[in-house]
Amino acid sequence: MDFSGVGRLAPVALLVIWIVAALAAPWLPLTPNAIDLPEILSPPGAATLLGYDDLGRPVLDRLIVGARIAFLVSFGVVALSALIGVLVGGIAAFAGGWVDLVLVRLIDVFLAFPGILLAIALAGILGPGIDNLILALTVTGWVGYARLTRAQILALKERDHVTAARALGVAPSRILLRHLLPLTLAPLIVEATFGVASIVVAEAGLSFLGLGVQPPQASWGSMIRDGVGYMLMAPHLVTTPGIAIALVVYSVNLLGDRLRDWLDVRTQG
Amino acid sequence: MVLGVCTLVFMMINLVPGDPVEAMLGESAQPADREAMRAALGLDRTLGEQYLDYLFRLAHLDMGVSFQDRRPVIAILGERLPATLELAIASLSLALVLALPMGVLAARYRGGRLDTAAMSLSLVGVSIPNFWLGPLLILVFSLWLGWTPVSGREGPASLVLPVLTLGTGMAAILARMVRGSVLEVLGEDYVRTARAKGLAEYRVIWGHALRNAWLPILTLIGLQLGGLLGGAVITETVFAWPGIGSLLVEAIQSRDYPVVQACVLLVSLSYVLINTLTDLIYTWIDPRIQWRS
Repeated sequence: MDFSGVGRLAPVALLVIWIVAALAAPWLPLTPNAIDLPEILSPPGAATLLGYDDLGRPVLDRLIVGARIAFLVSFGVVALSALIGVLVGGIAAFAGGWVDLVLVRLIDVFLAFPGILLAIALAGILGPGIDNLILALTVTGWVGYARLTRAQILALKERDHVTAARALGVAPSRILLRHLLPLTLAPLIVEATFGVASIVVAEAGLSFLGLGVQPPQASWGSMIRDGVGYMLMAPHLVTTPGIAIALVVYSVNLLGDRLRDWLDVRTQG
Repeated sequence: MVLGVCTLVFMMINLVPGDPVEAMLGESAQPADREAMRAALGLDRTLGEQYLDYLFRLAHLDMGVSFQDRRPVIAILGERLPATLELAIASLSLALVLALPMGVLAARYRGGRLDTAAMSLSLVGVSIPNFWLGPLLILVFSLWLGWTPVSGREGPASLVLPVLTLGTGMAAILARMVRGSVLEVLGEDYVRTARAKGLAEYRVIWGHALRNAWLPILTLIGLQLGGLLGGAVITETVFAWPGIGSLLVEAIQSRDYPVVQACVLLVSLSYVLINTLTDLIYTWIDPRIQWRS
């Protein structure tokens, strides 16, 4: 990989821009739903910035609002999934016995569903909306963290410091929280970083299918969906949100790669 | 496992808020009509009865009747399945053709320019979502150049763009994993032995290293098929490809629950089946691995 100068900083800078834009969006003078009829399908330019869409709405404003949605959904889903997954995986490995057996069965059943399929079906049944979107992606997302945490804790729980803590009469919940989970943090951070990238794609994918954010609200996925019909006249409606997704996902993945090398985490399939 | 998958799908459809009868008849329907509909669909029974009935009928391959066009769901699935299989097999082949050489060469010249280029390319590939790549390919090859049909499934030409969309995305992920597996094997003693006895480098790589790297690669392909099947939902929708994926999206939009249920079941069960098969093949190619029950 290219670790020199600009190549090293660009992804980080891009992510900072993404997050700042997402967090600051409510205070920016944006008019994502304002319709400017003379500007319908205007291409990008000095006066029009990133141009206007098929209803005469400014693409840049919608892109920033979409950045906020992508940020909220991806960080929300990853935080919730990691929390549930760590708890389930930690309890399974630490308790052992039939508790472990039941929880592993549960994890296996969820793993039997291919990737995004369950989320698509669930989002479809729950109906559109950001909260349902987060729910659907969390229901499918927690399993990875559970499996990872369980494997980690299983490997760690025979270590001497755990035996020592147990001999000293430390409560099991405290051993789990204070003596075991902190040691699993590095691989979890790497997993969560890649998780953010995959949820950004998943959110956009579900919104593309019309299962996520509802109009007139803007999401990168629904912008692509709406733009497809005008591709010949106004390709910028499809290209700009696509570039936004690709850049964010690329940067997050690159960051994940570096974190993995830096924290020296071995990924297991 | 199969029972678990069936149960989860049943729970998903039945425990989620929202009344299918309401969705089908609309809010202005008379209460009497609703009750009649509910009885006709068997929705007036307890959840336990419904669950047992559901399992019993599944065992007889009866997935109910579509709310929308009143035909047996299994017949509709049968019509849509060949298109998805065609797409999946073609995409998988393309992914393998691209990813194997890329991953192996990247591992062989680890840290070199080729490795950097291949891995950067694959990271770009991973970052481009297929619902964006698809429309872009349509724009360039169908609208500007006019080489391929925009959408639908008519002749081999219409297969090109969906396969490119799905296959390249999968190749990007696979190449990284192939590289990882080969790198691991290249550190083994027998590779050093093979090199020490003066074998040509290509024979070391393809004859010795890859033969052993195949096992993890095979598992990865099995797991990747899940992503392929999930991605197929979006790709099929982009290209109006008449497969299971676009059927699922249509069924969700028309609230056709039996069809949604059947699509999810079919895809998940085939995924389970494929991964069980990979495990079986595993024991068959590698005699070191024994069955443990």
